[in-house]
Amino acid sequence: MHPAFSVVFLTTLIGAGQGLFLALFTVESYAAFGLLPAQSSDFYALGSVIAVILLVLGLFASFFHLGRPERAWRSATQWRTSWLSREVIVLPAFMGMTFLYGVAHWTGFNPVIATLPSGAPINLTAVLGVIGTVLAFALYVCTGMIYACLRFLREWHTPLTVINYTLLGSASGFSLAAALAVTEAPGVMPFLTGWALIITVLGLISRSASLIRNARLKPKSSLQTAIGIKHPKIVQKTMGMMGGAFNTREFFHGQTRTMLRSIKWLFLLTTFVIPLGLLSVGLSAGTGSPGGLLALAFVVQYFGLLAERWFFFAQANHPQNLYYQSVA
Amino acid sequence: MTQLALVIDLNVCVGCHACVTNCKEWNTSGEAGPMVDQNPYGKDPTGTFFNRVQTFEVGEFPNTETVHFPKSCLHCEDPPCVPVCPTGASYKRKEDGIVLVDYEKCIGCKYCSWACPYGARELDEQQKVMKKCTLCVDRIYDTTMTEEERRPACVRACPTSARLFGDIHDPHSSVSRAIRYAHGYQLMPEWGTNPANHYLPRRKTKLRIREDELERADNPLKIDSQLPKPGKAEPSLDDVTSW
Ligand code: SF4
Ligand code: SF4
Repeated sequence: MHPAFSVVFLTTLIGAGQGLFLALFTVESYAAFGLLPAQSSDFYALGSVIAVILLVLGLFASFFHLGRPERAWRSATQWRTSWLSREVIVLPAFMGMTFLYGVAHWTGFNPVIATLPSGAPINLTAVLGVIGTVLAFALYVCTGMIYACLRFLREWHTPLTVINYTLLGSASGFSLAAALAVTEAPGVMPFLTGWALIITVLGLISRSASLIRNARLKPKSSLQTAIGIKHPKIVQKTMGMMGGAFNTREFFHGQTRTMLRSIKWLFLLTTFVIPLGLLSVGLSAGTGSPGGLLALAFVVQYFGLLAERWFFFAQANHPQNLYYQSVA
Repeated sequence: MTQLALVIDLNVCVGCHACVTNCKEWNTSGEAGPMVDQNPYGKDPTGTFFNRVQTFEVGEFPNTETVHFPKSCLHCEDPPCVPVCPTGASYKRKEDGIVLVDYEKCIGCKYCSWACPYGARELDEQQKVMKKCTLCVDRIYDTTMTEEERRPACVRACPTSARLFGDIHDPHSSVSRAIRYAHGYQLMPEWGTNPANHYLPRRKTKLRIREDELERADNPLKIDSQLPKPGKAEPSLDDVTSW
């Protein structure tokens, strides 16, 4: 497939936004049970603002993918059958919830809504946070399923696609949260860095699993099934046009194999190896670590995710390409 | 239930692109139009087409055959392109099984084209909506046309009658009979899309000779000759004399 930069930015930006929100609410939940020191509401408010900005940027990027963005509202109608439609519904819902969560922390409007049998209070932000968490995971599933549900794109048609979207998005979000915590909430910095490390390692495992799986895939379709002639040797002489068409532009990445392989190593290095190194250094340095280190980890990881997403699209080999092999 | 479809005879198609041209001509001025071109007279002319004729070489030199292969939307009975559409612009008609795009609803997200394994959908670069074969839905029901004209433009244009059009769910239709007798098949059956369009394979050319053609029916000498009648292999007057 031809990687569209609109979609590369959309999926990476909202992935990081979701991850950041999950990180914030994880801290809040731990703090509510006294497992972490309570944090200032500024930390949550600032984090939510950044998450909302990431989500808005992602949404903005997505419009560049549409031929007719002015009709985008229509895309919320087919949620019964289309994962794309479901994403279109869940994304603004999650965005709104993140916004409300941020506002509640910002204004300090955080009344106790209920009390647990144990006597622990349930605040408004806890309720908003739980709904937001559910929506964040739902959004990962929707985004992943948009690709995983296409059965002929076999590189994508695997549960690993959904798992990767979830883990890689969360990893970048936790890295960002850790970088934020350096100045805003130093007390939870090691906690967030630790989780960023763990999720990045899990992401490395699942992304490697999908790379290994895809390398072993045998195509199901062939020229024989494409035109229905059972002869071992068939060559296309002409695809019926010379100047190219939508079919030659949309479904081919147009890069060499070497380029593809370089991007693969590049993203493995920048999404996983370098951030893991930086995060570990940051963790071992403790609260005294230079804040720039963790920020750098996030920036490198985000750059790596752009490459990872580019590769994700480029690697998928659409069966329609069988019909477009020769210009004459 | 009706399922309209094309049946394309690869044994007959000569790859002349008449169907491509007539399809473009009819549809660019019809309901689905315009089908815009970019650089039509420039270096890399490109544009929207519903139908393409491709050419394949089968076998190894010198034993090769050239196969011309027209390709358009196959109006799948289980179309994977329809459920993925987020707007409902892509739909399959219940009454005749034609898969259509509503150009007023389509947002040009291209998701349906990703979901079609055959590459049958093309985004119109000017209108920015998805386009594909409509089976000339604006022709085949047009009662101001004669019965003969109420067929898709490509079918009307084909000089070799390689394209048949009809209801494949009616076992007595010409298309159903053609599929049955000439072993019509579907493309990429491995994806379970159940395409409505079928292709008729290359066939060995058979010379069919009837019994009466073996006898020189116009040879009066043999008919009038003495009984018992001489065998079919016996020389007749034509073989032994030169006029
Ligand atoms: S050929 Fe492609 S566009 Fe046409 S109905 Fe089948 S899947 Fe949809
Ligand atoms: S391009 Fe148009 S028809 Fe295709 S899925 Fe998107 S909205 Fe639906």
